[in-house]
Amino acid sequence: MTRQAKTWLVIGAVFVALLVARGMIGQGLGRVYVKRTDVTVTLPDTAAVNSAAAGAASASASASTSASTSASTSASTTAVSAPATAPSITSTSLASGTTMSWQEWKQVPPLEFIAAQKANPAQTEITMSWPRTIGLWLAAFFTLAIFSFLYADNPFYKIAESLVVGVSAAYWGVIGFWDTLVPKMFGALTPGLVKSLVQPSLVAPEMLQQISMVFALILGVMMLWRLLPRGGWISAWPLAFIVGVTAGLKIVSHVESDLMAQAAATMKPLVVSVTDASGATNMWDSWWASVANVLLVTGVICCLAYFFFSVEHKGVVGGAARVGIWYLMITFGASFGFTVMGRIALLAARVEFLFDDWLWLIDPNHFRGL
Amino acid sequence: MSAGNFNNTNASARPWFERLDRVDRRWIFLLMFLAVSGPILWIGVTGKTLPEAPTLAARAVFQEIDQLPARSLVLISFDYDPASAGELQPMATSLVRQCAAKNLRMVFIALWPLGNQVAQQTIQDVIRDDYPALKEGEDFVNMGYQAGNEAVMKLLLTDFAKAFPKDSRGEATSNIPMLKDVKMASQFPLLISISAGYPGSKEWVQYVISAKNEEMNFVAGCTGVSAPQLYPYFPQQIAGLLGAIKGAAEYESMVNESLAVDGVATAPKYLQAQRRMGPQLVAHLLMVGLIIVGNVIFFARKRRGAA
Repeated sequence: MTRQAKTWLVIGAVFVALLVARGMIGQGLGRVYVKRTDVTVTLPDTAAVNSAAAGAASASASASTSASTSASTSASTTAVSAPATAPSITSTSLASGTTMSWQEWKQVPPLEFIAAQKANPAQTEITMSWPRTIGLWLAAFFTLAIFSFLYADNPFYKIAESLVVGVSAAYWGVIGFWDTLVPKMFGALTPGLVKSLVQPSLVAPEMLQQISMVFALILGVMMLWRLLPRGGWISAWPLAFIVGVTAGLKIVSHVESDLMAQAAATMKPLVVSVTDASGATNMWDSWWASVANVLLVTGVICCLAYFFFSVEHKGVVGGAARVGIWYLMITFGASFGFTVMGRIALLAARVEFLFDDWLWLIDPNHFRGL
Repeated sequence: MSAGNFNNTNASARPWFERLDRVDRRWIFLLMFLAVSGPILWIGVTGKTLPEAPTLAARAVFQEIDQLPARSLVLISFDYDPASAGELQPMATSLVRQCAAKNLRMVFIALWPLGNQVAQQTIQDVIRDDYPALKEGEDFVNMGYQAGNEAVMKLLLTDFAKAFPKDSRGEATSNIPMLKDVKMASQFPLLISISAGYPGSKEWVQYVISAKNEEMNFVAGCTGVSAPQLYPYFPQQIAGLLGAIKGAAEYESMVNESLAVDGVATAPKYLQAQRRMGPQLVAHLLMVGLIIVGNVIFFARKRRGAA
């Protein structure tokens, strides 16, 4: 056994021992309890709703909600606002008067489960959710698996990394298909088919949009032509279209927001007079506002001087360029500081998850109340 | 003295700065973990948070929302996903809370696929839990995710319903009461973007605000990595800016102070950002210490080399 394998074995054994110990202290750790709510919604008469509302409220907002009691279980039910969860009448093919029922599961604190069990040991309204609990443990496992790379590369990290890559690729594929191709392309070309088969809530496109999508489809097919053994040059045409449109969009926006607006924002008075509510000049604020403007203008000029290579960096230009380097260094330092802050915030969020949701060491949101 | 010379010498015979220079980096990782986890445990047990002194950029965000008349329309773009929630969720929660408390009508949109789910979770945590009187479709609506990045932004300027033809429930935009008179994005007096990258606040400035700066104000919340790119836009193009978790903590403290009720403690979910400033403080002190140690080693080595 190699030294590294031994180290991993020791780390793993200590970790499991601590985990078992934590599980035996107090209320334990890492469980998710859920409460079942039965919801029943009866869709009202669409015509009546439309005439009564007269555009004041959407049909879905006036869908009546009633709480039903499940006869087969002892679950108590809570009235749930229909608009929050119920599908819209206008976007479904359900007839008026149709009754829809479903169950909602909301996470509750462990204490609520304990109290419910004490009151009625046979109750099934609040239960431990195995899927959510397993999900919680998997989240903790993968968090630790990623962190384990800090010690050394290892199979757990590789598994977590591969899963992230695989899931991300699949997710983006699904998003691209259902959020772009289906509603925008197929929805525009064959709206009736898409509406009846996959997206009942699809808003029918206008004629112009349909025509433009035919154009987009042709460009798309031309782009895919590069996969064929012959005629790969055809894909250059849609690429040229993309480059042209993107350049046009970007040039205008960059000139407006990053050149003109930024240049205008730099043209500031070097001496500023700040007045208070009574109209008197506030010397302290005026001093600092003036210093800020002087620093800003100096910084812009000096940084521009540093990147101005047509003149040798000697004399005044050289001095300005040197000051420009200082400004750039300070900027890089500030960027690094912000990056550190961001990364620590993300680390803190993961550590908080491990300590709070998984290990139940802390309860900052006063959720468990242990 | 070169590093190669030390390879042939006994470790105990090395100068102190060389021994420090050769410390296994995993000790630094462990120190960082302790620096972050220690304050989390301490704050988690005691519930104490650090005081915040809001800066100009954070105050501007608060004022921009505060000065809006009740029932004003606010467009809130969730341009991030759970990967950045540790940094951005606290500010999103506080932004929605202030808008809800001011009785503003909120329209949520997402240009990131998972932004829709993050917006939905925020709506649940803030609006449904603490402002149950607000009605979906009249006081707030989640329009969901729309693919297209900048194209969606440009389309919003000309035809809101075309950019977002339906909300996340599938309700057609034309049937949503609060959007009946909304034709284009410039009808929103305030645009809020909470962004983790592309597309995000920078693109909102470039494609929307630069065209409609006179008609609508823009405030943004962003991650630490993207904050330096956005500060040049403040205050002309971005009226207020929440930079990373620090900006979130400052803003959160202002919102909490403005909505404080005597004798009632602020709900813990509205203290997320301030809680995370504890680990920030200790971790930053560690970073500063490590940078100083690194510099001391550098200069000690240089001096020894010169001697």
